Amino acid sequence: MTEKYHVPVKITPPRFKPIGKHAIIEFREDCAGSCKKCVKKNCIYNNFSDNRKHISAMEEPEYLYTCSGCFRCVQECTKGIFSRVINPEYRALGDDYWRADIIIRLWYQAHTGNIPVSGSGYGGPFTGEGFDSIWTDMSEIVRPTRDGIHGREYINTCFELSERFKGLSFNDDMTLAKKPRKILEVPLPLLLELPKKLIINKHIILAAAKAASLLKTFFLIDGKNYTPNLSEYKDNLIPCLKTEELKKYKNLILESKAISIEYSDTEDIIGAVSGVRSFAPNKTVIIKAPLNRNADKIASELASKDVDTIYFYADDHGKELNRKNPLFLKDSINKIHNRLVSDLTRQNINIVFSGGIAMAEHVAKAVIFGADAVAADIPIMLAMECRLCKKCAKNGGCPVKLDEEFDADWGAARIANLFGAWHGQLLEVMGAMGIREARRLRGEIGRSIRFENLEKDIFEPIFKRRSV
Amino acid sequence: MRKQDKINLPKTVETPSRFKNSISKYIIRRNSKCAACGLCAKLCPYGVHIKHDNYAKTIRPKEHKCIGFKCKTNNFFCIDNCPQNALTLKENPALETLGDYRWTPEMLIAHWEMAETGNLPIVDLEYSLGNSGGGFDKIRFKIPEKQNRINIADNIIDMSVSLNRSGDNRIKKVISIPCYGGGMSFGSTALSVLTGRAKAAHALNTLTCTGEGGYPEEFLPYKDHVITQVATGLFGVREDTILNAPIVELKYAQGAKPGLGGHLLGDKVTKEVAALRETVVGNSLFSPFPFHSVYSVEDHKKHVDWIKEINPSCLISVKVSTPIDVEMVAIGSYYAGAHIIHIDGSYGGTGAAPDIAKKNIAMPIEYAIPKVHRFLTAEGVRDKITVIASGGIRNALDVAKAIALGADGVVIGTAELVALDCIRCTNCESGRGCARGIATTDIELRDMIEEKYVMRRIINMYMAWRKQWSELLRTYGLKSIKELVGRTDLLVNLDYLDEKEKSKYKPAPNFEMIR
Repeated sequence: MTEKYHVPVKITPPRFKPIGKHAIIEFREDCAGSCKKCVKKNCIYNNFSDNRKHISAMEEPEYLYTCSGCFRCVQECTKGIFSRVINPEYRALGDDYWRADIIIRLWYQAHTGNIPVSGSGYGGPFTGEGFDSIWTDMSEIVRPTRDGIHGREYINTCFELSERFKGLSFNDDMTLAKKPRKILEVPLPLLLELPKKLIINKHIILAAAKAASLLKTFFLIDGKNYTPNLSEYKDNLIPCLKTEELKKYKNLILESKAISIEYSDTEDIIGAVSGVRSFAPNKTVIIKAPLNRNADKIASELASKDVDTIYFYADDHGKELNRKNPLFLKDSINKIHNRLVSDLTRQNINIVFSGGIAMAEHVAKAVIFGADAVAADIPIMLAMECRLCKKCAKNGGCPVKLDEEFDADWGAARIANLFGAWHGQLLEVMGAMGIREARRLRGEIGRSIRFENLEKDIFEPIFKRRSV
Repeated sequence: MRKQDKINLPKTVETPSRFKNSISKYIIRRNSKCAACGLCAKLCPYGVHIKHDNYAKTIRPKEHKCIGFKCKTNNFFCIDNCPQNALTLKENPALETLGDYRWTPEMLIAHWEMAETGNLPIVDLEYSLGNSGGGFDKIRFKIPEKQNRINIADNIIDMSVSLNRSGDNRIKKVISIPCYGGGMSFGSTALSVLTGRAKAAHALNTLTCTGEGGYPEEFLPYKDHVITQVATGLFGVREDTILNAPIVELKYAQGAKPGLGGHLLGDKVTKEVAALRETVVGNSLFSPFPFHSVYSVEDHKKHVDWIKEINPSCLISVKVSTPIDVEMVAIGSYYAGAHIIHIDGSYGGTGAAPDIAKKNIAMPIEYAIPKVHRFLTAEGVRDKITVIASGGIRNALDVAKAIALGADGVVIGTAELVALDCIRCTNCESGRGCARGIATTDIELRDMIEEKYVMRRIINMYMAWRKQWSELLRTYGLKSIKELVGRTDLLVNLDYLDEKEKSKYKPAPNFEMIR
């Protein structure tokens, strides 16, 4: 029996008290004092016993990361001295794309490795922009296996970075004309790369490299950041190099399973790939290119060349780079995918996208729209408690001390927990869709339900023409 | 109108919240200058201020009864009348920490009020529209033509739904309101909640459902109002539980976690739960997805026939979620012999489910209802099967909108729990379970809630809803909720109107939501 892909998750608490959403505030002047019925004793989550500080030492008000918002203390206090407010730090957390609720949920997953579960239905907006404008379909009868919940471990989430196998070719004497290159398979449609705009140091790099090893995926690392202590993880590292650096890093190229070359429209990129092939003929070669208005053209050109994978990077919010009205990632993915499908070259190449991948559902949806895989960047930092305050990018300093030495094993465990939970969620949606292969999900828009299509097909016959 | 046409409605009994301090839209503070003269208690007609004769002080204001600043024009406005200037009024700032886009703070507070009084709230609360920005929150009933209005009493308007439209010789089950209770299994909520719901269903002449946790004997006195659910784990499904039921529901999937099945953790499998499910104490229980014996409509028909064979009079309901081809599932169920097709949309559910599933898998019920209704109509079988919708139907107008979109009736889960003081903190399964004593079997927490309380609050809520439906039907000149089915011509969607038309309708509430 082949080995099943499994992410080793373990509880890894944060080093700093996370920012909570709610605070319970007290109006002490009304308190009867030493009340025998004090609701603080009855908190079923032990919030007050775990957090209680002496009143004189209390930094007002006391924010409770663990407050579950049951309102019992507010409603049961005999004097009604409690109320609840939103933590101002929570309001300031993140931005309009990396929202506070997403960040807090990522912290939870990095802490526990668990899939976020809650009761009482869905409480969010009906629909939204970008990835929020589609639902994934489910299959009422057709299933990946007949074993229900036990069958999830049979769902395959692999994708390939290596050359797309196009079939064997033979010489006249029936010997192999060309030996296929070695297959480089990744068990999770997710690569890791550190965000450029946040702090990068040797401790963070080491944690990410260790996490890539735990997750059996790859961490894309700038050649200049590659240090000898990382060689232990070389099987999980992809050095990212510029064309002019290829000679300098020849040894690194030889010892890595795959390399990435930065795309440049002024350099002979195909010549550079050939150069690498001349001394490392079996190497998996990725071309890393910006996701801009020409991305589909770049993809179209490279798909007919000897390139194994293209890696497009969007901005932090999943938008195309350097464009006035940029497309969002899902639309860019679909545009590029469809271009290659119409070129009849989609089967020649793998395409990976990064930028704005913030939740597990984004992985599944990106693949549905035509990506082979995605890369996560900011979530790596969030897994290590980053507050996304971007102080490090401005004038230095980090509220969670990622700019100082920390235990890389702790960081790696948190990152592995986060993406382990994402893997679990990917299995949930794939299971529901009746898809047992991530590779089968690629471009399978039939397994998605688009908001605009539902409005057109179902609401337009009732309400006539949409005016917004 | 003849006397016998009047419908006997269940009595509502004022049932205040179990919790001492209400959560209200307005808060009134009484400071130390209060001389306990009792004038405020004498003046306030809403019962906000109470001063008992044998008490020296006026008790703390019942703030949830306060109508707020609009009271200022009244000569009994307590703030202005207080001789000591001891009272202050303000909007409750804690409201921004309550509720969510779908269940806004005002919708929650209004439902607690309905459950308390059986009437629609007097306080200015928006209880029919949420803040989700789509679906039911964009749909409005058209401004009615004045001449169509009929003036008939609430207890003459027919809210009943016939569940057997097939014309076969099985029971002609009719429920008196267009709603019945969703499945909640034994062990998922306190037993008093389950039996209280059954009692309420009995009083309202509607139904509740066992969920898949088996059939506790406490349901037997109300068995004509309890649906037995046959789910994929087949837990507690026995010949007698099938025979007890007027309706047997085959649950293929549920909207909150379509395609995922269920998983009851080992420590929740207590002695009582294990006994009812006929399993082993402490062992985790899986309800797989889907039925392992169903690969096709023909297999599904075998299931339907199997139930029909055991119970020769019961009706069959088929509960499915809302994939893109939900109409094909519905027609398949019809040809397999189902009396009811129950479609469960993706945004509802009461139990715990992965967040990724709740938000992302399958489509919202607002789309599924017209899709199914239209297809069954085109196939010429719509009048032979009852369409029941659920999943994200929160309030009386959502029910009416679902019916106008094409459903015959709806299933309600969350709103019934909100009536019991659920605050939608969503921590139903964490730790010891629901902190408010609803969705828990914790030995201490479950005692927070009594059966009678559950029954009364649920009856009250539905009776308040009934008032809202009655008024709606009157404005369109309709005498029966059945006449509303599929009347999409009575609906508008704000996204499909020009600015001038749109301005005639109430905008969606625009609460600032902190996610």
